[in-house]
Amino acid sequence: MKYTEEHEWLRADGDVYVVGITEHATTQLGDLVFVELPEVGAVVSKDDEIVVIESVKAASDIMAPVDGEITEVNTDLADDPSLANSDPLGKGWFFKIKPSDASQVDGLMDEAAYNELIG
Amino acid sequence: MSDLKQTPLHALHVALGAKMVPFAGYDMPVQYELGVMKEHQHTRAKAGLFDVSHMGQVIVRGATYEAAARGLESLVPVDVLGLGKNRQRYGFFTNADGGIEDDLMLANRGDHVFVVVNAACKDTDIAHMKAALEPDVAVTEITDRALLALQGPAAEGVLGALDPRAAEMRFMDVATLDLNGVEVWVSRSGYTGEDGYEISVPTAAAVDIAKALLEHPDVEAIGLGARDSLRLEAGLCLYDHDIDANTTPVEGGLTWAIQKVRRTGGDREGGFPGAGIILSEIGSGAVRKRVGLLPAGRAPMREGVTLFASEDETDPIGTITSGGFGPTVGGPVAMGYITAEFAALGTTIFGELRGKRQPLTVAKMPFTAANFKR
Repeated sequence: MKYTEEHEWLRADGDVYVVGITEHATTQLGDLVFVELPEVGAVVSKDDEIVVIESVKAASDIMAPVDGEITEVNTDLADDPSLANSDPLGKGWFFKIKPSDASQVDGLMDEAAYNELIG
Repeated sequence: MSDLKQTPLHALHVALGAKMVPFAGYDMPVQYELGVMKEHQHTRAKAGLFDVSHMGQVIVRGATYEAAARGLESLVPVDVLGLGKNRQRYGFFTNADGGIEDDLMLANRGDHVFVVVNAACKDTDIAHMKAALEPDVAVTEITDRALLALQGPAAEGVLGALDPRAAEMRFMDVATLDLNGVEVWVSRSGYTGEDGYEISVPTAAAVDIAKALLEHPDVEAIGLGARDSLRLEAGLCLYDHDIDANTTPVEGGLTWAIQKVRRTGGDREGGFPGAGIILSEIGSGAVRKRVGLLPAGRAPMREGVTLFASEDETDPIGTITSGGFGPTVGGPVAMGYITAEFAALGTTIFGELRGKRQPLTVAKMPFTAANFKR
């Protein structure tokens, strides 16, 4: 697993990465009530705001963790945003991305570094 | 941080695992461990306990109830004089332009009027009342009492178990009750759209009474987050958001709170700040109106979203003043001000969300059925 400073996790799945948000993030955000996912096939750049999430409290954005192409999105999550709260590392995934430059993934944090970040 | 005031229940909130945030100068619980969604649902299903001690509690006392009531009627467009003994009523302070300076509750407690005002406005409100009413009528802020709200369908059973007289009260009744030997001032009212009570408790007994209420299996502590979503679903205004010094009661859809006796042709017509503007607006209708709005999609539309008549019209017709996800409704709900010609129920308008126009329908409020014990 790799992590971003924006509290996303990335898990390798063949030549693509599954991306979601961490339990720390969902705890901070509170109950999610709305998720707007990117289009499948969209070519995105690192730090593009590609997902909108809304909790009971506020709206926030999720940014592309790396440059790449969106290969799949979790439509179940759009139908039931609470999956991100109940199962953030499993059924609550957001999208799959095929990185255009795999070295960008290598530059992300590992679990130890992420745990240090969130203290 | 250290400038924030604390209510008598502050340590209890922290002990209960509350997430504390600054609100109106106080360090207040926004949510507890249940989280906003479950706290909201628990209040609608059973009962929630809210700390509203940050609000201002004020005793307005003249030689007689009538003297105090007449004094207050010079500041609010409400029938205070005709309020029955042990009855409560909603009202607001108006300004010379017909705007709303704050909204409040007024109760006839026999020989005085008991007034509850918003936390953020209380210093201004008290100064405003003192300037207008003293020395003939005394305006005294009560600083040695906490204020709790117990809201939800189980509230009657919970409070009634401590003093059976609680169960006999009707919506908007007030009474002095005895909770475990402590004298409390209770009103059967609240701000969630549910049946319930607001309970003024001596500071020294506040923690014990809160704990006694929380001991009941039906009661959970509820934070400001759920308080906001509950009042929004109930169609109730949050001062400084849905009503303010630049909105009139008629625009705000609060004409119902101005009794006939204070309106044109009434025995005590006018006599409050902005009366000319407000009374003529009751006759002619307001140019803009506060309405309920249901966004068509799942995306919440929050305060500040600009509203348009169509997908391509460039001139706005209004703005959302409160909006979010309604846990009981199961979708987004909002309220806002729009030009009166678009205010008919069922009208489709558009809100601009992240650069895209999304449809909303003008809808009846409350969004959830009120559950008062009338």
